[in-house]
Amino acid sequence: MQRIIYFLIRNKNFILFLTLLSISISLNFIYNEYNKSKFINSSNFIFSSLYDTKFTVSKYLNLELQNQLLLEENKNLKKILFNSETPTKSFDSINSIGFEVMTASVIKNSYSKTNNFITINKGFKDGIGIDNGVISSNGVVGIIDKTTTNYSRLISILNTNFLLNAKFKNSNYFGVLSWNGKNINKVQLKDVPKQAKIKIGDTIVTGGNSLIFPKGILIGYIQSFKLDNSENYLEIEVNLSTDMTNIENLYIINNNNATEINLLNE
Amino acid sequence: MNNIIYNLILGASLILMQSLFLNNINFLEYLNPFIYIYFIIYYPIKNNRSVFIILAFIYGLLIDLFSDTHGIHAASTLCIAYFRPYLLKLFFGMAYEHQVVKFNSLELKQNIFYLFSMIIIHHIILFSLEVFNLSLANLIFNNIISNSVFTFMSIYVLYEFLMRKSK
Repeated sequence: MQRIIYFLIRNKNFILFLTLLSISISLNFIYNEYNKSKFINSSNFIFSSLYDTKFTVSKYLNLELQNQLLLEENKNLKKILFNSETPTKSFDSINSIGFEVMTASVIKNSYSKTNNFITINKGFKDGIGIDNGVISSNGVVGIIDKTTTNYSRLISILNTNFLLNAKFKNSNYFGVLSWNGKNINKVQLKDVPKQAKIKIGDTIVTGGNSLIFPKGILIGYIQSFKLDNSENYLEIEVNLSTDMTNIENLYIINNNNATEINLLNE
Repeated sequence: MNNIIYNLILGASLILMQSLFLNNINFLEYLNPFIYIYFIIYYPIKNNRSVFIILAFIYGLLIDLFSDTHGIHAASTLCIAYFRPYLLKLFFGMAYEHQVVKFNSLELKQNIFYLFSMIIIHHIILFSLEVFNLSLANLIFNNIISNSVFTFMSIYVLYEFLMRKSK
């Protein structure tokens, strides 16, 4: 007994090191397995208020470009308003009754890691719920994964755990969109049947299979494609239409019918 | 006492600088200097080792909280804190065993070897845990090499600035 205690005291630093190391690595494993972090993230109170302060200071540096983008979008919206006999398909589907649209600003963005998150300044007080879709004026940005009273965090499309159902604009073949962690302008569309007739430059939009996004929101354009290892499916490189390094004003889409449809699938 | 306050301020300001400013540099879209480990590398040599290990763990966890990573900074900071005495012994030899090493008057060559090996160990653990996928080994390797060069330059500048000034 005495020897055991003596051994423990002599090696106390090594034991301490191993315990703390296993704690920190298990934190990482829990995240990788369940795609959830219980308490280590930046949407909790202290850190988000700090980032909020930083955002109020730094947003002025970016105003000119953001104004430009908003003007551009206003112009498009006006065009649709004035030509309401031929409404554009994508905007029509957002405005149909099932989907509710809210706006928010980014207070923290990251894109240099393999699992990126974005924090925004609206929370469940403003009606945002988990699994709401998030788009910018140029296309899909991510999905809400955690909300607090005033802030929420979203899984960016540039996250290796992000999966999304996507299809072609001019046909109904669909596949699964994910990111391999390499290039921040390119995502990969997999499991598309090889019968699909596609060519470089075709438009990729969201498919209606998920309840998160309405059908037909822009994701990007085909850059190249090849057959995958099984030689039955296509693997497509998609150029993102959104510049993920420069986003500020986002639109959050809430599907009012999601719970009802989920009830059917149970 | 004076020393403790100095280290507290240094640690806090490094955390804030890292999380608010340096994490957003993204030079060439993926390069960020991890300057915060300066605190662990040049922490005073006369210390209680157990306390230092716990301190390093908490310090890394704070960086994790700020940058939405899940324990990877805590793990890598903890590792360099644990291995620090062995590296000091390796690079400074007798001078370390007789406790006469002074961080503000190091020989250039010894300092560079010590600094670079600490950074490499930290980055290897950090990026292998972050990517955590063997099929992306070349991405991990690329990240380790380019980020350590960037980190090395920024920490060396900070060292010259803080240590030379206080001499």
